Amino acid sequence: MNIRSSLALSALAATLLTAGCSNSSTDTNSANAASTSSNTGTAAASASSSSDSSSAPASASAAASADFTAAIDSYREYVITETDALVKDTGAFVDAINSGNIEEAKKLYAPARMHYERIEPIAEALGDLDPNIDARDGDVDPSEWRGFHRLEKALWEDKSTDGTKEYADRLLSDTKLLRAKVETVDIEPSLLVTGAVELLNEVSTSKVTGEEDRYSRTDLYDFAANVEGAEKIYELLKPNLADKDPELEKKIGDSFTVLQNELNSYAKDGGYVSYDVLKEDEVRKLSQNLDALAEPLSQMGTLLGV
Amino acid sequence: MEPSDLKTNENLQEAGTSSKTPGSLLNKPVSRRDVLKMAGIGGLGLLLGGGAAGALFKGTKAFTRKESVLNAGRTNEKVHPFYGKHQSGIITPSQNFLCFASFDLTVASINEVRELFQKWTLAAANMTQGSMLGDSAANTSLNLPPADTGEAAGLIPSRTTITFGAGPSFFDSRFGLASKRPAAFPDLPKFRGDALQPQWCGGDIGVQVCADDLQVAFHAVRNLARIARGSAVLRWTQEGFQRTGAAEPANGTPRNLMGFKDGTGNPDVNDAKLMDEVVWAQAGDGAAWMAGGSYMVARRIRMRLEVWDRSTLDDQQRTFGRYRDSGAPLGGQDEFDPLDLNAKDAAGQPALPVTSHSRLAHMDGNTKLLRRAYSYSSGLDAKTGQLDAGLFFICFQRNVSKQFIAMQQILAASDKLNEYISHVGSAGFACFPGAAEGGYIGDTLF
Ligand code: HEM
Repeated sequence: MNIRSSLALSALAATLLTAGCSNSSTDTNSANAASTSSNTGTAAASASSSSDSSSAPASASAAASADFTAAIDSYREYVITETDALVKDTGAFVDAINSGNIEEAKKLYAPARMHYERIEPIAEALGDLDPNIDARDGDVDPSEWRGFHRLEKALWEDKSTDGTKEYADRLLSDTKLLRAKVETVDIEPSLLVTGAVELLNEVSTSKVTGEEDRYSRTDLYDFAANVEGAEKIYELLKPNLADKDPELEKKIGDSFTVLQNELNSYAKDGGYVSYDVLKEDEVRKLSQNLDALAEPLSQMGTLLGV
Repeated sequence: MEPSDLKTNENLQEAGTSSKTPGSLLNKPVSRRDVLKMAGIGGLGLLLGGGAAGALFKGTKAFTRKESVLNAGRTNEKVHPFYGKHQSGIITPSQNFLCFASFDLTVASINEVRELFQKWTLAAANMTQGSMLGDSAANTSLNLPPADTGEAAGLIPSRTTITFGAGPSFFDSRFGLASKRPAAFPDLPKFRGDALQPQWCGGDIGVQVCADDLQVAFHAVRNLARIARGSAVLRWTQEGFQRTGAAEPANGTPRNLMGFKDGTGNPDVNDAKLMDEVVWAQAGDGAAWMAGGSYMVARRIRMRLEVWDRSTLDDQQRTFGRYRDSGAPLGGQDEFDPLDLNAKDAAGQPALPVTSHSRLAHMDGNTKLLRRAYSYSSGLDAKTGQLDAGLFFICFQRNVSKQFIAMQQILAASDKLNEYISHVGSAGFACFPGAAEGGYIGDTLF
């Protein structure tokens, strides 16, 4: 990942921001599982029509090395919007835990995570944040294990919120730290290109195998969110891509549609069915459709020149 | 690389030519072997020393399809042409290794199928000749995944053949090809004793890759699967092996995992007339597009090796009707003695037991097919702790009903070998005629 943090950490602490500071946060904050699972198509479409379509095509055709400024600005906005929503929804999740409301917390868990999963490559590039927020049991030293999956285990396996306050509060402050840090991330074109593929690789390695949410079985939420995050990047680069390699652009677009349709068939009650419900051949089909998308997507680097 | 590879005049000359015009023909296919060959000569050695992947391909010369070049001067290495009247990998001598891949198409239109075959044809032509996939730029851009996955870089072609065929499901309603399905290519019936498992059966497309090097063969399957992403998915794959040429320079008949020579009774592939009768579909057979092609049946046949290993030598020999040591028919002397169905042993019984495999498979002596099988080993059967190994049986013929089906019906009913084997996988593929240069595999059908 080609990502640089331009501010020193101490400076970050001073500017630590809380939820709701960003202009567009309210729209996304209201997004719950219902809207996020069903509206990817429209979200992506509006993204491409709002911010970048006016400026990007012109710049892309202007020079041999395309101008990615518009795409990068839009992406930064997207990342900020998602992290705002993450902080807000995690706040509600944490409140439910801290008040001992297990059923409510279970309901809020997967939708809150989706905001994180959409922008995971960015978070991963920001040092320890990813393990602190998203480590699974065994990913880190047991004494350091915290974050979403620690709480997932408490809710679904231990069925108790005893002793979870510390983890819950830490999770909220970690997401706030993430929110502060993303503001400062230097996003390069290569990050966009590789980030999209990385999101799908995330799906390949843990979500499609059902290893991500092993207690709650909400893996498909994460699956969908990773795909949405990748699709967002594709939508932003689409004008440049259509210019440089229309055939590739179409192939990627078609493959997203195939995969989204497939995912939509597992939508349920505004969210997704439990991973346990999937049959072997259904998992295989999801995985193969994912590979079919990721392969052409990995050719987006052609935008950066050969 | 071996220093001796570089001693021939031809090599020196080739390298000399190219060193005068470095990089002038970068967009031509790059012979995988050229890369290393050149690096070993004179100042060009620095190329390799530099270590950067990009540098490896920068100075390579135009690719020529001269065998001697492809083989880095090894005259005993054969390169099978990819284009021609027939596909290679059918009557060409079998190589040391097999990587078989069965694919299911995910595309909806015949146009997309055609596109896939066009891409596959080009890739297969390159890989069988030992060339990298993609030009040099496509393998050196730092911003892209390399066009060739790279594990065969620097390796000789290894007699690679890549053979494509269409399965029965290819002719279902999806692509409008139902009327093109040859009568000589029916579904296989369920044979007595079949223990077929769905994960080893069928497929829209079968690709048989054979090479003298397993890594080279795997590279081909992997890259074909990569190219197919979005158009077709792998359904199952199977690797196979036999003794290598290095282990048996005399090149005798290879032995299967039961220890018997396997292939002795095969029809002579050098007899063109016989091949037309036994192997090659003919224009007048009913499906003109298959003329020059051949029908393949593949069966994954598990051997109960633990059971076999505790049966007596006499039992084993009577199972096949041949001596284990020499491969000769029981009662005969030499491996290639004809089967004498009338011969009697000392007790007045048929020398070739009536349930012996060779005798039954011989049928009336006129029903033949061309076998091109490989052994397989796929680790353990987790349930029983026994070896999951056997024969990946591949055969080619002109008419599946009259040849494989007729024969297997007899074998399934009475073959003594059935005590020791179990058919767990099955697939049939109509292997297209060869493509002419400029054409593509399957162009007579689509
Ligand atoms: C694990 C399964 C099998 C094993 C181990 C096996 C092994 C052998 C061996 C050792 C021979 C004698 C040497 C030779 O002529 O090549 C032989 C001959 C033959 N087998 Fe098989 N075989 C198997 C399955 C099959 C099947 C499924 C078929 C076709 C349906 C078949 C058709 C033949 C034929 C046509 C011959 C030559 C008969 C002749 O001499 O005319 N075999 N096989």
